[in-house]
Amino acid sequence: MGTERKSGFYTVSGRPIKRLYGPADGVRDYAGQLNDPGVFPFTRGVHTTMYRGRLWTMRQFAGFGAAEDSNARYRYLLANGQTGLSVAFDMPTIMGYDSDHPRAEGEVGKVGVAVSSLKDMEILFEGIPLDQVSTSMTINAPAAILLAMYIAVAERQGVPPDKLNGTIQNDILKEYIAQKSYIFPPRPSLRIITDIFAYCSRHVPRWNTISISGYHIREAGSTAGQELAFTLADGMAYVQAGMEAGLRVDEFAPRLSFFFNAHNDLFEEVAKYRAARRLWARVMRDRFGARDPRSWTLRFHTQTAGCSLTAQQPEVNVVRTTVQALAAVLGGTQSLHTNSMDEALALPSEYAVRVALRTQQVLAEESGAANTADPLGGSYCVEALTDELEAEAEAYFARVEGLGGVLAAIEAGFFQQEIADAAYQYQRRVQSGTQGLVGVNIYQGDEPVTIPIHTVDEAAVERQLRRLAELRRTRDAGAVQRALAELRQAAAGTANLMPPILAAVKAYATLGEISGVFREVFGEYRERPLF
Amino acid sequence: MERRLRVLMAKPGLDGHDRGVKVVARALRDAGMEVIYSGLHRTPEEVAQASLEEDVDVLGISLHSGAHLTLVPRIIGRLRELGRRDVLVVVGGIIPGEDGLKLKGAGVAEVFGPGSDLDVIVEFIRENAGRGRERDL
Repeated sequence: MGTERKSGFYTVSGRPIKRLYGPADGVRDYAGQLNDPGVFPFTRGVHTTMYRGRLWTMRQFAGFGAAEDSNARYRYLLANGQTGLSVAFDMPTIMGYDSDHPRAEGEVGKVGVAVSSLKDMEILFEGIPLDQVSTSMTINAPAAILLAMYIAVAERQGVPPDKLNGTIQNDILKEYIAQKSYIFPPRPSLRIITDIFAYCSRHVPRWNTISISGYHIREAGSTAGQELAFTLADGMAYVQAGMEAGLRVDEFAPRLSFFFNAHNDLFEEVAKYRAARRLWARVMRDRFGARDPRSWTLRFHTQTAGCSLTAQQPEVNVVRTTVQALAAVLGGTQSLHTNSMDEALALPSEYAVRVALRTQQVLAEESGAANTADPLGGSYCVEALTDELEAEAEAYFARVEGLGGVLAAIEAGFFQQEIADAAYQYQRRVQSGTQGLVGVNIYQGDEPVTIPIHTVDEAAVERQLRRLAELRRTRDAGAVQRALAELRQAAAGTANLMPPILAAVKAYATLGEISGVFREVFGEYRERPLF
Repeated sequence: MERRLRVLMAKPGLDGHDRGVKVVARALRDAGMEVIYSGLHRTPEEVAQASLEEDVDVLGISLHSGAHLTLVPRIIGRLRELGRRDVLVVVGGIIPGEDGLKLKGAGVAEVFGPGSDLDVIVEFIRENAGRGRERDL
């Protein structure tokens, strides 16, 4: 028997955990529930050899200041063994405003790099051969514009679009649900997205056209189960939208990718990734009738949980990040970002970013975690949690359908309220001490923070504003106006928007001007505030 | 009978990180205060104007965009122009230590970073809100 030190044991999501899991919780049907890696339903991984064939891509999200500042950081990361780029844009860029817009004041180059025109994009990737790196861009409402700029930069480097590898986040549904960087209303936003699917399937076939993201849902305070459920519900809504737009499912589904959070609770997180693969494979094959096995596989990027990091004793964040990154690796991620220890204090310093990258390298080269596929497969506990998370997600799918689908559920505030409730309950558990956090509510210390802090150079903002003013003065104004007029016409009709966007960026129309056309034609979205 | 404290929780600027603002809003409501949430993407002028119209005792400003040194002083400046020096202004978000000192110099009563104790926030507001109002009247 023996007494236990607490009355109950729970995951970070509040899920009760049993003292012991046993054969009754384990695998009943190996081929149906798990099967080998690379084989339907892909519970154990999407590739036969997993990391023995190829390690995950180490992809640190970075960007700040003006284009030349971020270009220098990318070159630094590549020189230190990073294998893919991940671009963070500043808030004005994300919201479709140029750096000289009044609403951009104070925000230029702060949380990412400022990109207002093709000129900035050319500098951002200077000296980086775009046929040799893969680039992920965290951009949503204006994703089509940044993708067009990337294609145009590559063209100048002599790299054709069909040689480009990378990802645009392009997931607007989770913006309404959690991250809240939306511009336009849902319907025209979905139209832009399906236009991207269609355009890329023909012209940029290796590009991941969307990264359906649970990361931000989790950061906003959801549980692991909600992250899984809401993300896959969004994924299904995109597949539905693509098919309704007249695309064949196997035409675009192989390029859909996912993005999950890695939080502190090791086994629950591993189970979440495994459940995600199994759910997606079944949905794609059985519900949407996909025949191409590449449409069945859920490939995903992972970022460790920014919301788990503490401002107190920031060095301890390296340990948290290590456990979270291990969960992602044990869960079979395709690429990984590890957060820097200083992210609850400021944007990461170069020193902190290097330690974060080294964390991944230790996992890859020293821990042995990459030597075998799905090392936790068959664990009574992990299999039980995988089944539980799968069931929880399916229950949520039914509720969302009952509300009339994802868009209707967004409009009703359903996801938003579920997440706000979960965030508050979590904070209450921290407050009451049920959830211990080292340095916050247990083992506090009051030593001053001694790690270096990154600051954005104000000169970068000046440089960016000067460059934009110069561009507005020297470009062919007639060509810009013509391109924007054509874009307006396309937006008001039903033609694919990618060709006129591409023409506009090549004429050096700015991000703000192009977004401005869409704001005029499509209108802007405003949410009903709730808490 | 003491008047219930009225609080406006505001999100100025372009970032959409609303977890913190919502959790604090709810904690203040649970503590018996009347809480209004501005919603996202508000301009400094809108935040100051809403503080006036809602006749609040406390203005909580949440920012995760790094634009705090631009936006917060502008809100406080506008509040003063509108004759509301008495509103207790508190700020939450990712605010580096040195910036926190600058914000206090600009009239912010307290800065609450990540991991702040909800009870401490509630207590701070109870102890400090409404005082300026008495002084000004």
